Amino acid sequence: MNPLLEINHVSYAYHSKAGETYALSDISFQVMKGEFIAVTGPSGCGKSTLLSLISGLLTPDAGTVLLDGKADRSLNADIGYMLQKDHLFEWRTIYRNVILGLEIQHKLNPDTLARIDKMLTDYGLSRFRNSRPSELSGGMRQRASLIRTLALNPELLLLDEPFSALDFQTRLSVCDDVSAILRKEKKTAILVTHDLSEAVSMADRILVLSRRPARIQKILDIQFEKKGLSPLQKRNEPEFREYFNLLWKELNDSE
Amino acid sequence: MTVNESRTSLSHQNYLKHLSQRQHRITAIQILIFVLFLLLWETSVQLGWIDGFIFSSPSRVIKTFGQMWADGSIFIHTGITLLETLISFALVVLIGTGLALLLWYNTEISEILEPYLVVLNSLPKSALAPLLIVWLGANMRSIIVSGISVAIFGTILNLYTGFSEVDPDKIKLIYTLKGTKRDVLRKVILPGTIPLLISVMKVNIGLCLVGVVIGEFIGARQGLGYLIIYGSQVFRLARILISSDILSASRKADPALYSFITSHTPFPPLPRNRIRPSFFSTFIL
Repeated sequence: MNPLLEINHVSYAYHSKAGETYALSDISFQVMKGEFIAVTGPSGCGKSTLLSLISGLLTPDAGTVLLDGKADRSLNADIGYMLQKDHLFEWRTIYRNVILGLEIQHKLNPDTLARIDKMLTDYGLSRFRNSRPSELSGGMRQRASLIRTLALNPELLLLDEPFSALDFQTRLSVCDDVSAILRKEKKTAILVTHDLSEAVSMADRILVLSRRPARIQKILDIQFEKKGLSPLQKRNEPEFREYFNLLWKELNDSE
Repeated sequence: MTVNESRTSLSHQNYLKHLSQRQHRITAIQILIFVLFLLLWETSVQLGWIDGFIFSSPSRVIKTFGQMWADGSIFIHTGITLLETLISFALVVLIGTGLALLLWYNTEISEILEPYLVVLNSLPKSALAPLLIVWLGANMRSIIVSGISVAIFGTILNLYTGFSEVDPDKIKLIYTLKGTKRDVLRKVILPGTIPLLISVMKVNIGLCLVGVVIGEFIGARQGLGYLIIYGSQVFRLARILISSDILSASRKADPALYSFITSHTPFPPLPRNRIRPSFFSTFIL
């Protein structure tokens, strides 16, 4: 089976008047369909840059990013990108916020709208479809933002610390929600996070990046003996602490 | 008694009563000050403390107002000024928003034009009015241009700044949804800056009025500005006072209009300090 996403020897540097900053250096990895990958590393090491390169917002200085074996991702909408904050627009209702992507891509039709309706119902937001974002709790807003991303039915989902703006309790439950939703929709996902326990509890594989310019320092396979656990349940398993300590050591070595 | 009322405690009722009493007291004193001032003014003239020919008096103002009302001239002058102000306001909205969008769309143009805009904005626009009359003639056109010249540069700068201050992550969101710069404009910049647009426009209608009145001072045969200048030249002080009253009443009316607009749309009003030129415009009038 071919990988869904192939990153080959990608490097990237930011340019400004003051000089250039090397963000990524010779990054290579592959993501299989249905996999959940977490990317972690010291802060400012270029994790978000990696997502921008994958999504096509930035073009690598060297190396290639192949989605389904194709390098040109400008024409398809197969990648969904979830940003750190929900960025729901206050001047739109929740419903009009979640259809924003469809609106931009001129894909408003009965099929896509029916999917939206179903997702709103499934994820407990149908009551709030005509509410303003400010009337929703942080967790609900993040779910709405996820529906907005999923509305375009992307093959691959990029999550850029999507839970970091939430308080701890909400964060745990939204983690569970999102992970259940992604499993249900059978999505491939790459999660950038600096929260090690989040990475361990959600991912199938964890990429540890080194300090800038980021290289791949380690790729860690996460396997729990019991199958089908939610992230919250995984936190109680003995493997959780082992993986956490392993990651912790790995990150401190990179300092 | 409804459920809600029965739940409010006695102390809360007292508190509400206290609040409304306080509000009544403030309004009463405000009216009292006004009445006392008018009385003092009238008595001073009647008793010969001040010269009624120079200072006029409330009774003379009311009499003149009655005459102007009867012969309809007050409506003509007010109407002309209103018309000129609205036309220059409409043009400021169109041209100002259009140019601000152009600057936002093309940062190179904005960098090229920025020093010129800043200089033009700090120009004393009232000094331009005599030039405009010379260039364009003593007609309605130059008065409207005078109104525009006072408001336009500030509008462009304020709107452009507002457009550029929109959260870059919201713009990034549009690009992650595979939108174009046009989508950014239509989905984020314009709807996101409507509160700013409203507040800038609120300032502008005042500024346009200032510009129009300045224009009328110099070259007009109708309008409130003309009435003020004419009145001062022929020592008809009552006329000046009436015109000034109408102008200040119109300035009192637009915050009410503004709060009506903001409370009937989903947009929260901007903090007051965002509206810089309003202090300036009140100062001129």
